[in-house]
Amino acid sequence: MAPAPDGGWQRPVRRVLSIGFFFVVWHYSTKWDVDLYVRFQNIPTPWEVLEEAAAQLRGAAFYGHILASLERIWLGFAVATVLGIALGLLIGWFRLAEDTLFPPIELLRPIPAVAWVPLSIMLWPTERSSIVFITTLGAFFPIVLNTVHGVEGIDRQLVRAATSLGAGSAAIFREVVIPGALPSIVTGLSVGMGVSWICLISAEMISGQFGVGYFTWVAYGIVKYSQVVVGMLTIGVLGMLSSALIRLVGWRCMPWLPRRVKDGG
Amino acid sequence: MSTGATGRIEITDLGIEFSRNGRTVEAVRAFTLMTTPGEIVALLGPSGCGKTTVLNAVAGFVAPTAGQVAVDGEAVAAPGADRGVVFQQHSLFPWKTVLGNVEFGLKMRGVGKAARTAQARTYLSLVGLIGFEHAYPGELSGGMQQRVGIARVLVNRPRVMLMDEPFGALDAQTRLTMQELLLSVWREVRTTILFVTHDIDEALFLADRVAVMTARPGQIRDLVAVKLARPRAATVIATPEFMALKARILTQVREESVRALSGRRP
Ligand SMILES: Nc1ncnc2c1ncn2[C@@H]1O[C@H](COP(=O)(O)OP(=O)(O)O)[C@@H](O)[C@H]1O
Ligand SMILES: [Mg+2]
Repeated sequence: MAPAPDGGWQRPVRRVLSIGFFFVVWHYSTKWDVDLYVRFQNIPTPWEVLEEAAAQLRGAAFYGHILASLERIWLGFAVATVLGIALGLLIGWFRLAEDTLFPPIELLRPIPAVAWVPLSIMLWPTERSSIVFITTLGAFFPIVLNTVHGVEGIDRQLVRAATSLGAGSAAIFREVVIPGALPSIVTGLSVGMGVSWICLISAEMISGQFGVGYFTWVAYGIVKYSQVVVGMLTIGVLGMLSSALIRLVGWRCMPWLPRRVKDGG
Repeated sequence: MSTGATGRIEITDLGIEFSRNGRTVEAVRAFTLMTTPGEIVALLGPSGCGKTTVLNAVAGFVAPTAGQVAVDGEAVAAPGADRGVVFQQHSLFPWKTVLGNVEFGLKMRGVGKAARTAQARTYLSLVGLIGFEHAYPGELSGGMQQRVGIARVLVNRPRVMLMDEPFGALDAQTRLTMQELLLSVWREVRTTILFVTHDIDEALFLADRVAVMTARPGQIRDLVAVKLARPRAATVIATPEFMALKARILTQVREESVRALSGRRP
């Protein structure tokens, strides 16, 4: 990325300094065991966390947890993507679909996916399937709503233009509705990915036996505080990487969008 | 290219009403207009007089409340590729390249990729856009976008091309260039053009006949034959014949504009 015209080289330097400052504050807060209502006695120092991370990366168990979480995210997100986009396109474009399919979705939407954990355990036979269900649920609502929104925002003039160029209803759906809704769909996927990580980690902490969420929660239980922070950082990195992946795929699918908008998204 | 026999628009006693919030707006009343195949007719009138509504009825976007619209003897029932529309702006598919936009109508007809590209390129060269095939509409200037819009319609070899203030959003210099381009393209394809505008100079420069409309509900107030020789140069607007026609139309349009303002009660 080119430096912004107004900041020049100063902006990257400021950003690096900002991160450095964060680590300095962390280091001294934990080193001096600061106790100002917020207590740092039990919080590991950056160096302890680094050592712990190195240790975890050398062992096999840590990777097993990561793989378990990734598999659940991938499954849950894939199901949510297929269902959310398909239903969103139908609900957005066909009044009949809106009237018959949308009310239950709007009814269930305000319930946070984590609140589904007990019911999900009852509904699904295995721990894996119930956690995947929670993950799907989390991603589904943002995807379906953004898809509906995208379809409803399609410029009617483009539909008119297509009909006066000889397009029938199937062609309009394929050539106008889907690409017209695409930017909004990608936004939905991006938000959905974030929400499904939140749901996955919560579900794993509550009911799991594997996964990064489980790893983090168990570490707390056995008083391995630096392992807790390693778990947190792992979740952060995995979430960031999956969002970046969505954005990358999104850009690839929408070459017509100006670069400026892409960088903003 | 199309023969002289196609492109006859017949609008007979057209009436169009819109209902909105329980109130009825009569946009067009007893509107009658026939075009000769291959001619350019400009529809001129104050803003809100019903020009777009008439054009939309020919395109098949709105259904008449009264009267008939037919093209080459076939009643207009729905939009179709035989009546291409060039809109004022923002009507290209942003997700398709210039080539993809121009090929669209051919794709709808099931023309194969290679033939599609070849024909699209023919019309792109007609509007002077060779070299921009792979650009996206968002990367083009307003004038270039309108040229793509024209090529996209003409590639379908429509009976008529309907244009709704197509140059209205362009700056004066570009507008003039586009008017000249349209005339040179029309010399090649000779399709009937129904051209909506509120710019008297534009109407007179382009058209064989100018239909001056009354304030809403729109009717034809005067049908002015423009017998200026073709090809017309930009300087034609300074000739005495042009000035005389302009004076005649200007008087009428001003009367109708005043009527439109005084008639408009909230
Ligand atoms: N879909 C519509 N619903 C309600 N009123 C409309 C609609 N379309 C046009 N009108 C009204 O019909 C009149 C003519 O509109 P229009 O044909 O767009 O005028 P023009 O193109 O000459 O400016 C205007 O008063 C406008 O408000
Ligand atoms: Mg109009």
